[in-house]
Amino acid sequence: MPRGPLSLAVLDLLGSGRVHGTDGAGLTETARRVTERSTDLLTDDDVQLSLYVMYELFYRGFEGVDDEWEWDPVLLSARAVVERALEQHLAERVPVPDGVVPQRDAVADALFALTAPTPGPSVARYVAKRASLEQLHEFLIHRSIYQLKEADPHTWAIPRLLGQPKAALVEIQADEYGGGDPGRMHYELFARTMRGAGLDDQYGAYVERVPAVTLAGVNVMSLFGLHRRWRGATAGHLACFEMTSSLPNRLYGDGFRRHGFDQGTTWYFDEHVEADAVHEQIAGRDLAGALAQSEPELLEDILFGAATCLYLDGLAGDHVLSAWEADVSSLRLP
Amino acid sequence: MSGAVPVSSGGGLPPRAVREPTIVACPDGPLLVRGDVTITDADGQPVPRRRATVALCRCGVSTIKPYCDGTHKAIGFTTA
Repeated sequence: MPRGPLSLAVLDLLGSGRVHGTDGAGLTETARRVTERSTDLLTDDDVQLSLYVMYELFYRGFEGVDDEWEWDPVLLSARAVVERALEQHLAERVPVPDGVVPQRDAVADALFALTAPTPGPSVARYVAKRASLEQLHEFLIHRSIYQLKEADPHTWAIPRLLGQPKAALVEIQADEYGGGDPGRMHYELFARTMRGAGLDDQYGAYVERVPAVTLAGVNVMSLFGLHRRWRGATAGHLACFEMTSSLPNRLYGDGFRRHGFDQGTTWYFDEHVEADAVHEQIAGRDLAGALAQSEPELLEDILFGAATCLYLDGLAGDHVLSAWEADVSSLRLP
Repeated sequence: MSGAVPVSSGGGLPPRAVREPTIVACPDGPLLVRGDVTITDADGQPVPRRRATVALCRCGVSTIKPYCDGTHKAIGFTTA
């Protein structure tokens, strides 16, 4: 279902039999108008759903929608308008560490410092100690948008890297994809968790239920992953993602154990406690650090990607926690 | 010209199929172990190894020893 004029126009276009490459309805102009009027792109449902749909054509597509739309010039032109606005929005808001030199260990140290565990309220602590069964369901539904295609957005960067950073990214992603064992691929483990919790594990099943801020987190990964110019940001984003994963995942697992879920259901979280303690070391030094050293001009992007990951995670966390504290749903109404 | 096409080795020996064991001591962090290594407990029983590269706890407070769970970051562990 559309959430405003832009998503309406995008969905209309994909559902039409229109000839590719013709912009009779002025989609690019609509994108320009909607992004200019938006007061906050990251919480704008119309903008984030539109972007999500346009990016999804590059992953699994949509049933009944021609794969040709993936490279349709009109959609790409409209997407570029939204992307530029989003990039500007982030650049104006995301605090990026400065004074970092483009050396392997210095960059790794800066990333570990940026992502150092902090005390205080967090979704992970809430899940561990207080979340109701319904809130656990909500938690999984938010996560499902990314976790059912876990690792895919960062994989786009593999052909854009060389040497040590490429090998490091492959080493991490191979593990994300279960080391070649289909049943151990992380997104499969997440699907198992969803089934264990009695939820629909079908890809995209809950897109309608998640708010803009949840979609924004995935969209930014796609933005970084699909553009060669953002390969540094992808490396930084992944490093940050891995560095903020092991400790929270232990707490997520605790929350599900507290509600009596079995080991098959918590496997996903337990797996990430161990895996991401490995990945964060590789991502910090061999991926992000080595990339900054071999291509110093990417240093800013690497740090920006990491800081953006943290920033969006914070926004999404604030959204969920404030809803739960007020005893209301963090999801959109069905 | 005839005969076999010469194969350029590019210098050095071809890599072995199984990666040479290496241990990386991560600053303020775990020991990253790669390659053909068996990790055992004190009785010589192999500890399940679920991935190609593993991180061994070095700070002593991991809840999944011998593997690292990232807790070193929460307790200010340093190797300096």
